[in-house]
Amino acid sequence: MSGATLDPRVSRAAPKKPIRLSWSDPRVRNVVWQVVVLGSVALIIWYLASNTSRNLTARRIATGFDFLGRTAGIPIGEALLPYDPAFNTYGWALLIGLLNTLKVAIVGVILATLLGTLIGIARLSKNWLIAKISAVYVEVVRDIPVLLQLLFWYTVLQGLPQPRQSFHPVPGVFLSNRGVKIPVVEWEAAFTWASLALIAGIVGTVMLSRRAAATQAATGVRPVVWPPALGLIVGLPVVVWAVLGAPFVVEWPELTGFNFQGGATLSPEYFALTFGLVLYTSAYIAEIVRSGILAVPSGQWEAAGAIGLRPGTVLRKIVLPQAMRVIIPPMTSQYLNLTKNSSLAVAIGYQDLVSLANTTLNQTGQAIEGIAVTMLPYLLISLGISALMNWYNARIALVER
Amino acid sequence: MSGTAQVTDAAGEPVPSLAGIPAASITRERPAALAIGPVAWARVNLFSGWLSTAVTLALGYIIIRFAVGFVDWAFVNAVWSVPAGPTGQLDPAACRAAKGVGACWAMVGDKWRFILFGRYPYDEQWRPGIVIALFLGLYAISANKAFWRKELAYIWIAVLTVIGVLMWGGVAGLTYVPQDSWGGLPITLILSTFGLAFAFPLAILVALGRRSTKLPAVKALCVLYVEVIRGVPLITVLFMASVMFPLFMPDGFNPDKLLRAQVAVILFAGAYLAEVVRGGLQALPKGQAEAADALGLSYWKKTGFIVLPQALRLVIPPLVNTFIGFFKDTSLVLIIGIFDLLTSGKVAITEPIWQAYSTELYVVLALIYFCFCFVMARYSRGLEQEYSRAARR
Repeated sequence: MSGATLDPRVSRAAPKKPIRLSWSDPRVRNVVWQVVVLGSVALIIWYLASNTSRNLTARRIATGFDFLGRTAGIPIGEALLPYDPAFNTYGWALLIGLLNTLKVAIVGVILATLLGTLIGIARLSKNWLIAKISAVYVEVVRDIPVLLQLLFWYTVLQGLPQPRQSFHPVPGVFLSNRGVKIPVVEWEAAFTWASLALIAGIVGTVMLSRRAAATQAATGVRPVVWPPALGLIVGLPVVVWAVLGAPFVVEWPELTGFNFQGGATLSPEYFALTFGLVLYTSAYIAEIVRSGILAVPSGQWEAAGAIGLRPGTVLRKIVLPQAMRVIIPPMTSQYLNLTKNSSLAVAIGYQDLVSLANTTLNQTGQAIEGIAVTMLPYLLISLGISALMNWYNARIALVER
Repeated sequence: MSGTAQVTDAAGEPVPSLAGIPAASITRERPAALAIGPVAWARVNLFSGWLSTAVTLALGYIIIRFAVGFVDWAFVNAVWSVPAGPTGQLDPAACRAAKGVGACWAMVGDKWRFILFGRYPYDEQWRPGIVIALFLGLYAISANKAFWRKELAYIWIAVLTVIGVLMWGGVAGLTYVPQDSWGGLPITLILSTFGLAFAFPLAILVALGRRSTKLPAVKALCVLYVEVIRGVPLITVLFMASVMFPLFMPDGFNPDKLLRAQVAVILFAGAYLAEVVRGGLQALPKGQAEAADALGLSYWKKTGFIVLPQALRLVIPPLVNTFIGFFKDTSLVLIIGIFDLLTSGKVAITEPIWQAYSTELYVVLALIYFCFCFVMARYSRGLEQEYSRAARR
């Protein structure tokens, strides 16, 4: 009988054993461990939940999110949407709080990136004085709690004189204990159309440069892109604006009597919060930028120069892509930190999401729902940006063999 | 000297031609000896070009003006003490006169014990004083590599117990001091140090759980915990501890505010530390665990004897950085009304005569926080450099 020899590949694989109900089978052990862990967590949650429901009944607090529909009655100093405490609901008030949080976070992220990049580059400067000042700035700002810094800036702003004796550093800007007054350009329909034209111009430029890259790949000659790009990005919006009558009215703040008329106000709370967070976060961003620049060896510059690339091209095509790989992940986490730190608004009385949710919670007694409403937006922002980061990291990851 | 020399050096002297080499091809470089010394250093590092010179001069002017202004405010025009009035109350008239031009350090002189120790009974304040010294000693010992052994855990347990006894009292002839009266720097140190000490074991378990491949349910649980906690601000977790915690507990059991905040800090720190520990686990070469498997060690033996001792050593620098973060972040308990260093300071200047001197207070508090954080940051950076040197060798 010719023995049916087994395929060697099959014989090398581990034999499939049936699960035995024995402690010595690792698969059984794993299942048991998971059941035990999940069971105990479920037990703890059930215990806490049953306590909570008993306490809530004892205190006569109804659960549920019905309170969001009730009239809030919380006065709100600055709101991006129309708000009337006698009329609008808690839900609306919380939405305004969320918008106030985003107002701090978005402006803060942009300014902190600019300042942080500047300081990070300054720390690598050949000029000893610039490098040292940046280093001291980073050290000092990072080693003092951000809450302390916010309280300090808020006190400084409150210590400013009355509107009548306000500081007047540049024309149109007034610093007083009522906040910072700045001139604004009156928003006209023409600006909206010009912004749309700008977006269209950017999209057009991107498409143009893609086509140019394709042409370069096919023929080796890159068509000159910048004149049409300039026309699309700068010319198109200007033409649209000019065609619509070129409106441009600046509203200057003016001191009349005891207060200002016209212009836009940055409240002391908003200004202190944004300013403090920008200073604090920029110190961290500076370190990230510095390490990103240092992460690209100088040999990369030299090698790119040796094959005849111009410095601008070297920066764009060789150095930045490598530095960004190092910079972007920690930078994102700093952006998230800034967003989360904006919740310290509650300490200086800026009405952000946490502050308004806290007031809601105190007025309605809906502790659990109040906290949930506060945590959810932060959680969604964080998880959303994390997902985006993972996608980005996977895209730029070095492809290794 | 050659009569045809047209090439001149910087000093205007003609460059002599050397034997066989025409004068024009010679470029004279500055002798190396002239490239040292303060003037040469300044020329290279401060005045290397017209732009650099302009920036140096402008920045130098700003710094000198700022420094002079600060020295004037903090030292020259400062009021260091104020006389007591007829009723024994301090009379801050001198401070009021110097407002805006000079600091009022008399406030700190009057209130420093309240800022440091909060509402702790005045006669017993030597106890939190010793507690601060014990914490400093504990940090110093933990920073010393000679003590990085199992015994360090016992030292921590012993010191933290002594700290608890000193703060509470009630035994060995010490009067009992309820937690409500604790305050100041000891609270900041307790919240951050106890937070780290208790969060660390939790963090190791969570990190191991998150790395496990055979227990998907446990892994999902750990990922959920870490991502949720890291996704929300600390202040919401503190609010949760102060508002929701009482609802979770059975009737009649109502832990005090400090304990609730401590639990919140531990839960919060646990998630961040878990990520730090996970980084160390990932950095360890896979061969270590595989070798342990090949020896037939069980999971816990492999983890306890092979993986963790190496991984934890790697994560000490980021661990210190996390600790610095938490040391600073404990100041957030101000918002839920716990008497840490920042709160004590703010309460200290609610006294009518000192109300106007918050700048002085913030400068002093910033200095205290800065000293702690700066030393720890220096230490962690030194350790990092040592590790990277060792790795390169």
